[in-house]
Amino acid sequence: MKNIFSILKFTFLLVILFAVIYPLAIYGMAQFSPNKGKGETITQNGRVVGYQKIGQKFNTLNYFWGRPSAVDYNGAGSGGSNKGASNEEYLALVQKRIDTFLIAHPYLNKLQIPAEMVTASGSGLDPNISPQGALIQVKRVANERKIAEKKIKELVEAQCNRPSIMGPKTVNVLALNVALNELK
Amino acid sequence: MNTEVFGVISIFIISLVLAIPLGRYIAKIYAGDKTLLDPIVNPIEKLIFKVSGINATDEMNWKQHLKALLSVNMVWFFLCFFVLLTQGMLPLNPDNNPSMTADLAFNTAISFLVNCNLQHYSGESGLSYLSQMVLMFLQFVSAGIGMAAAAMVFLAMKERATDKLGNFYNFFLKSCIRVLLPLSAVVAVILIFSGTPMTFEGKDKIVTLQGDTSEVSRGSAAAFIGIKHIGTNGGGFFGANSAHPLENPTYFTNAVELCAQLLIPFAMIFALGFYLKKRKFSYVVFGVMTIGFLLLVVPTVISELNGNPAIERMGITQATGAMEGKEVRFGPAISGFWSIATTVISTGSVNSMHDSAMPVAGATQLLAMMINAFYGGCGVGWLNFYVFIILAVFISGLMVGRTPEFLGKKIEAREVKIAAFIAILHPFLILTGTALASYLAANDTAMGYWFSGNAASWLNNPGHHGFSEMLYEYTSSAANNGSGFEGLGDNNPFWNITTGIVLLLSRFIPIIGPLAIAGLLASKKYIPESAGTLKTDTTIFGVMVFAVIAIIAALSFFPALALGPLAEYFSLK
Repeated sequence: MKNIFSILKFTFLLVILFAVIYPLAIYGMAQFSPNKGKGETITQNGRVVGYQKIGQKFNTLNYFWGRPSAVDYNGAGSGGSNKGASNEEYLALVQKRIDTFLIAHPYLNKLQIPAEMVTASGSGLDPNISPQGALIQVKRVANERKIAEKKIKELVEAQCNRPSIMGPKTVNVLALNVALNELK
Repeated sequence: MNTEVFGVISIFIISLVLAIPLGRYIAKIYAGDKTLLDPIVNPIEKLIFKVSGINATDEMNWKQHLKALLSVNMVWFFLCFFVLLTQGMLPLNPDNNPSMTADLAFNTAISFLVNCNLQHYSGESGLSYLSQMVLMFLQFVSAGIGMAAAAMVFLAMKERATDKLGNFYNFFLKSCIRVLLPLSAVVAVILIFSGTPMTFEGKDKIVTLQGDTSEVSRGSAAAFIGIKHIGTNGGGFFGANSAHPLENPTYFTNAVELCAQLLIPFAMIFALGFYLKKRKFSYVVFGVMTIGFLLLVVPTVISELNGNPAIERMGITQATGAMEGKEVRFGPAISGFWSIATTVISTGSVNSMHDSAMPVAGATQLLAMMINAFYGGCGVGWLNFYVFIILAVFISGLMVGRTPEFLGKKIEAREVKIAAFIAILHPFLILTGTALASYLAANDTAMGYWFSGNAASWLNNPGHHGFSEMLYEYTSSAANNGSGFEGLGDNNPFWNITTGIVLLLSRFIPIIGPLAIAGLLASKKYIPESAGTLKTDTTIFGVMVFAVIAIIAALSFFPALALGPLAEYFSLK
């Protein structure tokens, strides 16, 4: 009995240390981080338009589109499609995405579409696409916004992150679209 | 593409370089030597022991170690189970998430208790912040339990005859406070400055750029993710785990989280060498593990980089690899590498969805957990490997016709029986569970209370891949891994309860077994090395251990792998 009592006291102290003091210390540190640990946001014209790291749904013709999402970009949930590589139903869905993409971008050849534009991400909230994924949309966005294609292409290039040592090349779709709105 | 492969290689090497000094430090801690942190942590430890009335200098034998280990676990289980059952009514619940059902609370409490973190819920909608804190507590102590058990085995391997094997509470608290806590804090701080949230505010409502309304979940994620990787727990704060852009915001944080999970399993092997002053022996062990690891990593990364042949046939180039279930900021190379690291090491966190991985990757992920002895989880990885060493010593002894000895102790019938039992238990639990679930799914049985609807509808994919989903779930449970082919509909009494039982058995029996073997061996007479002794720090012995591991795994699991991922691989060609 004395033993159980010891274990309970021991447990209580460990809970205080690991589940109270430790997270509060990290919380304290977070007050010095960007936006005090509440997640970094992006604003445009004084309005918060989203979180830098969380992808958003873009399906109108005047914006660059992100990847397909299994959770429809619901930031209060997350997840992938969990479809297996050989699943017929899934492959039919990919075919449908290719067709839809080609309708919006009739000037494209299938071979130019990078894989991430027709496959769902792991989180369903992927904020990025590859530079190639953005470049193939330039013509559509330029036509829709009546801005010179060259100018938009330059904008995309400026938004590209091309690491020289480690990791893949990326573009943040939300940041790109915010910059696009500011383009005159 | 080259920048991705270079990333994989550098992250592995950086982890290795960091693990050696950490191993030296861990050896010092268990030996009771002075370290830099002493002035800060000594008083904290003394205070905790004084207030709880535990004498941390009492020497325990192996049975007393086990008794202490099992009693603290029992208390923690009830604490956690109770909080999960009532979280809806308890404070720190800004998103008003409901209390868990009994079967889900049972599964979740066990799975965090046993360092598995199989999650049949999504963090955003399934847990209050209070529950996240309690689970985080379990992430610390369950990792500490594994390390404390390994520490006892280290001590038992010394060249002397004794049944005094140190104090469980002493090993345990030192592992938590001197290793897990500071390392987790470092990872957490790196994460908050890279964009991971650490707040107690609930969901944020926003209007997106194109004008939709949307919500974004946040929370006290950074602290949780630190220990999640350092303690090889792997339970995600958010549903998508480390694929979630707030849980793992950049390629850099991905590298940090990878190093964090590799660090302690690597370091424990080096710690063994420093502690026993048998550095060469630890290099042999590390070499065997690394060869096994690389044999799994290389085909995985290659098949992920090559992409999905079925999508390629539609005319979509796979130059950037297989992207279904993967994040653009990581890419397929490091995602493939992570998927093997996390399954070999029993972390079970994911940065891509394993269910959507290529069949070869699915097979290697499964195999990594089926073998469950390359590096392995915090402390317990060493325990699993120890069992294979005992078997290898025994078989080598038979081959040369001598009494098998390991580090000057005779290995006899009792120890070998225990080791054989542990080695067989793992495939037994995996295959029994999978057989039961696939029998039900194949007959599409009506499940009543156990599952709403017929059994086949818990699958998210048809055919071979569906079979793999069930196989993966039990393999992940038996390996205390926690990753999943997450398409499986697993939040229901059938999966919650059956995997819960597998989790319990496959955590505690493989701790009890090695502790018993080590305790029995420690009390035996020490026989000094002679010309006839089987040398355990040689390449030949390494090959022998590797062969034992490979043969047991192949005999147990080849048929199951052939039905699942291998069949899928050939159907996709």
